[in-house]
Amino acid sequence: MKQFLIFIKKEFAHVIRDRKTLLILFGMPIVQILIFGFALTSEVKNAKIVIMDQANDISSEQIIAKIKASRYFEVEKTVMSHQQMENVLKQGDIRLAVVFPANFNNDLLHHNLAHIQVIADASDPNSATTLTSYIGAITQDYMTGILTTNNIPYRITPEIRFLYNPQLKGAPNYVPGVMALVLMLVCVMMTAVSIVKEKETGTMEILLVSPFSPFKIIVSKAVPYLILSLINVTSILLLSVFVLDMPINGNILLLFAESTLFIITCLTIGIFISVKTNSMQVAMLISLMGMMLPTILFSGFMFPIENMPLPLQVISNIIPAKWYYIIVKSIMIKGLGFSAIWKETLILVGITVFMLVISLKNFKIRLS
Amino acid sequence: MSEAVIKTDKLTKRFGDFIATNEITFEVNKGEIFGFLGANGAGKTTAMRMLCGLSLPSSGEATIAGFDVYKQTEQIKKNIGYMSQKFSLYEDLTVLENINFFGGIYGLTDKEIKTKSIELIEQLGLQQQAKKLVASLPLGWKQKLSFSVAVIHEPKIVFLDEPTGGVDPVTRRQFWDLIYDAADRGVTIFVTTHYMDEAEYCNRISIMVDGSIQALDTPANLKKAFKAKDMDEVFYELARGAKRSE
Repeated sequence: MKQFLIFIKKEFAHVIRDRKTLLILFGMPIVQILIFGFALTSEVKNAKIVIMDQANDISSEQIIAKIKASRYFEVEKTVMSHQQMENVLKQGDIRLAVVFPANFNNDLLHHNLAHIQVIADASDPNSATTLTSYIGAITQDYMTGILTTNNIPYRITPEIRFLYNPQLKGAPNYVPGVMALVLMLVCVMMTAVSIVKEKETGTMEILLVSPFSPFKIIVSKAVPYLILSLINVTSILLLSVFVLDMPINGNILLLFAESTLFIITCLTIGIFISVKTNSMQVAMLISLMGMMLPTILFSGFMFPIENMPLPLQVISNIIPAKWYYIIVKSIMIKGLGFSAIWKETLILVGITVFMLVISLKNFKIRLS
Repeated sequence: MSEAVIKTDKLTKRFGDFIATNEITFEVNKGEIFGFLGANGAGKTTAMRMLCGLSLPSSGEATIAGFDVYKQTEQIKKNIGYMSQKFSLYEDLTVLENINFFGGIYGLTDKEIKTKSIELIEQLGLQQQAKKLVASLPLGWKQKLSFSVAVIHEPKIVFLDEPTGGVDPVTRRQFWDLIYDAADRGVTIFVTTHYMDEAEYCNRISIMVDGSIQALDTPANLKKAFKAKDMDEVFYELARGAKRSE
């Protein structure tokens, strides 16, 4: 036990003396959370639009007032001709144009059918889709407003509720994603590099000749990163609660327990990489390319897994981050308990045990 | 005769078709300084690794401090010290921290570590540098420190793999003073080297060529047997026939 403590103390000394490692370790999570939180959001707010109102009647004005009132749009100006409209769209600042044809009110009242033309700048397809659907919602809303006065017998109004994230904020989606990504990177890369470093500098040989057993070497290598990662989890959660206004709806102890499990999964992957490689560069590359990319692609936080071709969906199942992402979302956002995530937990446990077994099998107790 | 602490009998290591060490048989006595010589690629390091329990022999027998290299590696590890070719202390730890760490790993008590580190730092004259990072020390001092750390737990045997590579003659001499000190305390020294003047410092030496031991005796007897005026000639005479080199 005393040997353990001495070893762990030494590991901390390595980390603390290495400024770059420290910066990556604690700077990266904070920077990522802030970047994802403020820069990379899928919500579209204050999109600049133009309106061409050829009708100038009561209905068009009422709809325009509704658009102006919405916080999604900022009506830049009203244009008069198609030529003008095309020019402003080409400049790129304006995301969308709404055209009311002449006799709008008339068509609506007498033919029960009126048209609005919505022209969106689809060079960014995601926000174009989002914006046009906002406009659709606004006109829908206006229609239900006038319907109450003119009674039509059959009517279906879908009542839509966005559960767990009623404001459709981006944060609930990426905070769990960033947590998975950061823990993956920190644990896998740091452990792998720190073990391979000892191989590279020759100190591993000295340790292996000592009575301190190889298994203990591995465990005492992993423990410091477990502790540091838990600090990271805490700082990410603090940031998301206090800076990004994202509450933790579920049990926080459960969240930490599951995070610890995921950290251990990552540590075993790191150990496996270190067992298989002999240079720090290779270990770093494998951790970065082999872990970060699949994590981003297959965890489901950037790209929905349901839309992927079947083979990729199958592959996504072996990515631990996918399961952790589901777990964190369930606890943090939906406020669910353990009964809802036991399956995912079991899968993570399985991956961990598997990695541990093959790492130990491969670990060269004897260096030959 | 004094007791043998290293005994090998036809110890062999194969890597596929390649026989790195071929049936080496020798004994090293307690307190002896045993020089293990050979050209690059002769199989010295492989042999040494087997003796330290870092590598499992393919065939043959060996006991270290009375323990079997196949079954009792744990006991062997408690009784040996090891210093590799590469400098292998932690450069980003201070001199004291390195001593504390390795002392701790070898299971010394806090009190033992304390007295040892004071003794060690005094012996090496490192009082000024005790709290400096090892990276800032000159190579010669690093090597001396590594050696002292390798024998911190008073092992029965210490294995030194080319300990003085790249070190100037004066420091090498000082290094050998440390080795003699340890030998006087009863520590058996097993050392590989390329420097023939160092070979003269050993009690007995063996010379390996192509994986086998071709000569084993005291430096004086070897010189007589090969009618050579110094160890250089003896070594050259033997190594000339070598078929493999790195």
